[in-house]
Amino acid sequence: MKKNMTRSLRLWVQNTLPMENLLPDSMPSYVDSYVYLFGILTVAALVWLIITGTVLAIFGPEWWHVSPVGHFFNSMHFWSVQAFFFFMVLHLWAQFMMAAWRGGRHWTWIGGWLLFLVSIVAGLTGYLSQNNFDSQWIGVQGKDAINSTGIGGFFNILNFGQMYGLHIFVLPMVIIVLLAIHLMLVRMHGVVEPLPNGKEEVDNGEKVAEQ
Amino acid sequence: MARKWRNNNADFPQKPYDLIREMLVALGIMGALVLVLAAVFSTPDVPALTAQQVARQDPKLLLQNALDDLSGQDAISTYGPPYNNSGTAQSIAGFSPAQIAGVQIPINSAKVNVLDPLNKVAKIDTSLQSPLQTWSKATVKQRSAWVNHIESALNHATLQHGVLVVPAASPDSYGPLPTMLNAYLGLARSGLLESAIDGGSGPMPATNRTESLLLLQDVPDAQYANQLDMSGNQWGIIKETGNYPGAVWLWFYTLLYQIPPFVNSSSADLEVVLTTGIVTILLVLTPFIPGLRSLPKVFGIYKLIWRRWYRTTTKKGRGHA
Repeated sequence: MKKNMTRSLRLWVQNTLPMENLLPDSMPSYVDSYVYLFGILTVAALVWLIITGTVLAIFGPEWWHVSPVGHFFNSMHFWSVQAFFFFMVLHLWAQFMMAAWRGGRHWTWIGGWLLFLVSIVAGLTGYLSQNNFDSQWIGVQGKDAINSTGIGGFFNILNFGQMYGLHIFVLPMVIIVLLAIHLMLVRMHGVVEPLPNGKEEVDNGEKVAEQ
Repeated sequence: MARKWRNNNADFPQKPYDLIREMLVALGIMGALVLVLAAVFSTPDVPALTAQQVARQDPKLLLQNALDDLSGQDAISTYGPPYNNSGTAQSIAGFSPAQIAGVQIPINSAKVNVLDPLNKVAKIDTSLQSPLQTWSKATVKQRSAWVNHIESALNHATLQHGVLVVPAASPDSYGPLPTMLNAYLGLARSGLLESAIDGGSGPMPATNRTESLLLLQDVPDAQYANQLDMSGNQWGIIKETGNYPGAVWLWFYTLLYQIPPFVNSSSADLEVVLTTGIVTILLVLTPFIPGLRSLPKVFGIYKLIWRRWYRTTTKKGRGHA
């Protein structure tokens, strides 16, 4: 009998990420610190980035230079970026300090880093899309680093059209997909348990996962 | 049948939690935060430096720029890949990714920045056709002599009613350059120079401004950036104009440019990028690197994060606590 791919997918989802894990209404009681808010504040900043970025995209890249309303939306977008990276870096440091890769959570850690790296490129393309002296200066200064790696011919940071397209569509889509995977992995594995409160060696989680 | 996935969160004592409520509260807090920050601090928007601005404020700088382009002494003519092969690409121990990638955006500064825009003007102002033909028919040696003569005369030149007047010399000393440079100055002053450079391929909107951005990328941009306290040695690349925070998350990358051995290297960009890349890969692979993955235990910040949990558990308590 032929394998039913639809049924297989359904069963995989049901088994891998049951709804009570995806949308939990309780947490282990060790989840009791402000550091646990850094992740969700990063996601919240991303939502505001997308909302304000969508408004800016609808009216076009020149709008914010000529309209006070546009400038205000650009300001909200700008400060959302600062908040996004501020909380993302805090989240990253907090996860490092908690050795949050334990218990088979290494893909969550690696995926988080990928999100950080793609976000850096998204931020760069945003700065380059400003159409002012900041974008001009960042472009002519930054090109040397990109060109030294040999990718300057493909990823040409002086090409506004390319940077703008990457910034308003391609990179946000990549971030959203990576974030969906990241959150799914977080919910699959659950919140990492506290480190042993002794002097034991921290391992990569294999032993913990077996217990 | 797939294995039923199970995480060990349920093995620990539970407390009530509402994911959706937390998300909505976070959205509200973040919305209020960015609204207030935007209202109080706004954002910088210093207009881009244009050839028109340079032509008005420092016309001789623009003309020197054009002469450098015409004589191949500008920074791009000696840049190397991806723009041309006449420069030395950055390399580490003979490894040069830029050299391997080769010339992908060919740029001839004299043609792109000066001659092509002037040829467009010559279609409207036909008196420019003859000087341009004289230039194109001249030998490289002759062109170089004209450029050298007018360069040395530029310091003593004056602008009278917007027209460059160079000190009198024997008729052939400057060749067609005074006429060409005055037409160039006029084109720049009109605000059409960048469009004449970028619009070379037709009437499509100039969404790719590589060539016009490279026009002023050396001295004019750097002078303007210095005035705005934006140059690299002032850590300008991680802040915006007006002391606004920029990409501060790139502090490590930017820091490397300030310290030896990178600060004095001719391949600083490649070295900094590769070093940052290696450090990043190490951090990404932290879970698999003995020693590095044990650092959280050394720092002990986790004791602060989970202090209430540790207080409520005993050595014989739950799980691994």
